[in-house]
Amino acid sequence: MCGIVGLFLKDKALEPQLGAMLSQMLISLSDRGPDSAGIAIYGAPSKNEAKITIQSAKPDRDFRGLEAELAKAIGTPVTIAVKSTHAVVRTTPAKIDEARETIQALRPDIRIMGAGDVVEIYKEVGLPEAVVDRFDVRKMTGTHGIGHTRMATESAVTTMGAHPFSTGADQCLVHNGSLSNHNNVRRELIREGMKFETENDTEVAAAYLSSQMAHGKNLGEALEGTLSDLDGFFTFVVGTKNGFGVVRDPIACKPAVMAETDQYVAFGSEYRALTKLPGIDNARVWEPEPATVYFWEH
Amino acid sequence: MPATTLSKTAAHDPRVFDLDQLSLRELNQALHNLAPGSNETAWEVLNPKGSHSVAVGVDQPVAIDVRGSVGYYCGGMNSGSTITVHGSAGPGVGENMMSGSITIKGDASQYAGATGKGGLLVIEGNASSRCGISMKGIDIVVHGNIGHMSAFMAQSGNLVVLGDAGDALGDSIYEARLFVRGKVDSLGADCIAKEMRPEHLELLQGLLDRAGVTGVKPAEFKRYGSARTLYNFNIDNADAY
Repeated sequence: MCGIVGLFLKDKALEPQLGAMLSQMLISLSDRGPDSAGIAIYGAPSKNEAKITIQSAKPDRDFRGLEAELAKAIGTPVTIAVKSTHAVVRTTPAKIDEARETIQALRPDIRIMGAGDVVEIYKEVGLPEAVVDRFDVRKMTGTHGIGHTRMATESAVTTMGAHPFSTGADQCLVHNGSLSNHNNVRRELIREGMKFETENDTEVAAAYLSSQMAHGKNLGEALEGTLSDLDGFFTFVVGTKNGFGVVRDPIACKPAVMAETDQYVAFGSEYRALTKLPGIDNARVWEPEPATVYFWEH
Repeated sequence: MPATTLSKTAAHDPRVFDLDQLSLRELNQALHNLAPGSNETAWEVLNPKGSHSVAVGVDQPVAIDVRGSVGYYCGGMNSGSTITVHGSAGPGVGENMMSGSITIKGDASQYAGATGKGGLLVIEGNASSRCGISMKGIDIVVHGNIGHMSAFMAQSGNLVVLGDAGDALGDSIYEARLFVRGKVDSLGADCIAKEMRPEHLELLQGLLDRAGVTGVKPAEFKRYGSARTLYNFNIDNADAY
């Protein structure tokens, strides 16, 4: 089953509430997937700063002293803000790739959740409410975000098997469904040089989109490609640095509802997820058409 | 109806269930506890907010007004009640309805009226994919459009669409009658356009009347049904299955 949500704000006044709104939407779909949950939040850009969200099963051991060791190794100031099993590493954009490689060399057990100028990704095993509380997501501000609550079908119930999956800078994806040709597509993407962390089908979809966008396609064109190149059931919700997209496979058996007002565009697996959004009673509410790409950019 | 008139001061006032205050289970249990001939013939459900299974399995001829949008399976297995959803409906509205009627003032999600054996389902907005899949005697009237794979393996009953139909309408259809006023993107395997004879015009007028449709003439519709070539296996048709 799985439940997915997305929220793209048009009204800046709502940005301080993004975390709270997205958390409430995701919690309302808890009974669609009790295994694990995750949220990606796109925050305000900062000129001289990029960030990496990292995760460790042993945060006390892995995060201790990392800030100083990493700063010394890359020769640039670094800050690390720890949130439970996750931490956000901030440094200058020019050093972000080097920082990422250095973290993995210094602490081999640390996993990279995602990286970019604005995105932060938090995901863990457990119900949405527990995950939201653990990472204090309700207090987060931002321009847009996506979330997922998982009922696992294609790979193990682990932190790394939780969504969102991020395979490119500021790019991430959540998925309801299951892909049947992911092994083939993964092999092709590995040949192109893409790296994979899991055996999960959704990670392949995320990497496929990253690869398409790396080849110069915009989000809409990349999503269009999923309709011919990915086989299986899918409703995808995708975030990029300044955009938000939705696509459903041509059979469209995985549910999807969208709402749009002057203040926001919202996505939910079910209408339940949208009922507490401001002005929902007067929103334009519709079911996205099968095999049709929808995307919005700031 | 304005909220100020919702009270229990007189026997004919509706019995009001606010799902912000009471659980869905309390609502459905109260509906299932109705005895034949009960005076509680009018019910009103407030704040459904996308709840699943609102008013499923009702088996008494009561009227239920749902003020807002519902989630999965609203009115499933309905037997004799008259349900009106003043909003939109999620997947599987009226699934396996036996009798009575369900009216959706907004849109309906996928597989509306699936496997329904009887009664009338009216959708005043659009219905999405698989509307009337495996219908077995239900009548469905959609004021707007319907999505792809509608009336898949439909066995009996009538599907009336005032707007357009998506791809693969009536795939592998048995004996249901499909009436579409707008365009059909494509017909599914073994579904063909058929002649509209006087008895069909009369049947369709009756369906439009029951669904409260005015200003639309039966002659504006085309009829579709089974070519009956897939009933018994024939090796020449192997590609169609």
